[in-house]
Amino acid sequence: MCGIVGLLIKNPALRGELGALMTPILGEMAARGPESAGLAVFSEPLAAGNRKYSLHAPEWDYAWAGFEAEFIRRFGTEAQLAVKGNHAVLVCDEMPEAVRAWVRERFPELHVLSAGRVIDIYKDVGHPSDVAARYGFPKLAGTHVVGHTRMATESAVTPDRAHPFTAGEDFCLVHNGTISNPFMVRRKLEHQGIRFETDNDTEAACRFLEYRMREGDTLEQALVKGFQTLDGFYTLLIGTGDKLALVRDAFACKPAVVAETDDYVAIASEFRGLAHLPGVNNAKLFEPMPEQLYVWTV
Amino acid sequence: MEKTFDLAGGSVRDLNQFLHTGLAQSSVSRVEVANPNGAHSIAVGVDHPVDIQVRGHGGYYVGGMNKQATITVHGNVGWGVAENMMSGLVRVKGFASESAGASGHGGTLVVEGDASLRCGISMKGIDIVVGGSVGNYSAFMAQAGHLVICGDAGEGLGDSLYEAVIYVRGRIRSLGADAQEEPMTDADYLKVDELLKRAGFSHNPTEFKRVASARQLYHWNADADQEY
Repeated sequence: MCGIVGLLIKNPALRGELGALMTPILGEMAARGPESAGLAVFSEPLAAGNRKYSLHAPEWDYAWAGFEAEFIRRFGTEAQLAVKGNHAVLVCDEMPEAVRAWVRERFPELHVLSAGRVIDIYKDVGHPSDVAARYGFPKLAGTHVVGHTRMATESAVTPDRAHPFTAGEDFCLVHNGTISNPFMVRRKLEHQGIRFETDNDTEAACRFLEYRMREGDTLEQALVKGFQTLDGFYTLLIGTGDKLALVRDAFACKPAVVAETDDYVAIASEFRGLAHLPGVNNAKLFEPMPEQLYVWTV
Repeated sequence: MEKTFDLAGGSVRDLNQFLHTGLAQSSVSRVEVANPNGAHSIAVGVDHPVDIQVRGHGGYYVGGMNKQATITVHGNVGWGVAENMMSGLVRVKGFASESAGASGHGGTLVVEGDASLRCGISMKGIDIVVGGSVGNYSAFMAQAGHLVICGDAGEGLGDSLYEAVIYVRGRIRSLGADAQEEPMTDADYLKVDELLKRAGFSHNPTEFKRVASARQLYHWNADADQEY
């Protein structure tokens, strides 16, 4: 069992309240996934030549200053580093390929959680409410958020196996269920030079969909290929720079409920997660149908 | 006498403990449940002729294992509403999520909106009337009772049916293994009429078709071509 959480703010005046509206959903979904939690938050894009990287360190009091100094020494460029304990967001004008390779070589203890112009990721082990407090989730602002509470079924409970998973740039995915052919998907992708970071089944789904989009598919086309390729049980929630997408497998035995108003689209595994939202009792409430595409644009 | 439980402050456990142990000794004949907020297991295991009004959306298993009680939900419900019901009536004013009425032995479940996948899975004598449509794999392995669908049915309706009977007013996307459409008899029209009246729906029974088991899966056929 896991909990999925999504919120897309339609009314720009409410974007400052993204985190405040979302955090109680995550807290309520903790009952479905009490051991780790995470989220991807999408906010105003950086200028075209800039990128940001969410980084995860093994210790809360990691010596980020040394990392920053080394980064400037290597790339000879200005970098901003915003630190929240064992997480840091690096903003710079270096492209992902170079930064990822350099981090892997020079700071193998660090994990690059995400790259892009819009996305920030926070994820860690612990009770979702503790994780939310640790990183100040209620204060987050932005256009949309993709969150998850995890109860592991097939790979260890570690920060890197918590959701969301990311691939490429400004792309993330959370999953409730089990993919039963992840190694088959993975073998095919590895032949394309795609690199995996964990043994988690969800990572295969994430990298497959992002790979299809890099090959030229729209998000919708990639999701349809996902129905054909991914075997197993899943409710998937996907975030891109400007979209939120929700799909369920043909058997639809992993739940999801959507509440849509003029102000927001909110998604949770169960309605109780949404019950606190303003105006939810007059919202359009529905369950996504199996193998149907639900895509919302910011 | 009426008693109100507000789940915004109170707990489902307090509500259910009253329904299980306090109700029979009290003079309460009607229980109001305010602010259910999608909580699970509201009014499960009741064994008393009481009127329970749930004022909002319920979570999973609302009215599960019900005996005798009349439970009305003024909203939607999550998975497994009235699962394993023995008798009484559960009415959902909105839509019901998956496995509505699962394994129900008796009583009546009315869903005024749509019911999601696997409605009436393994039903064992319950009568289910759905005002809207039902999702895929409804009445899977249904053993006894009736499922009346006023709207459409999804894929694989009545897969591996035993002796439950399904009546459908709208379109059937596909029938499951061993389910077949059969002619309506006078007894079927009377049954549909009675069930629609019980549910409070005004459709004409002649608009319904009957789906029941072809009974070809009852016995293992060793001579059959063993290709699946």
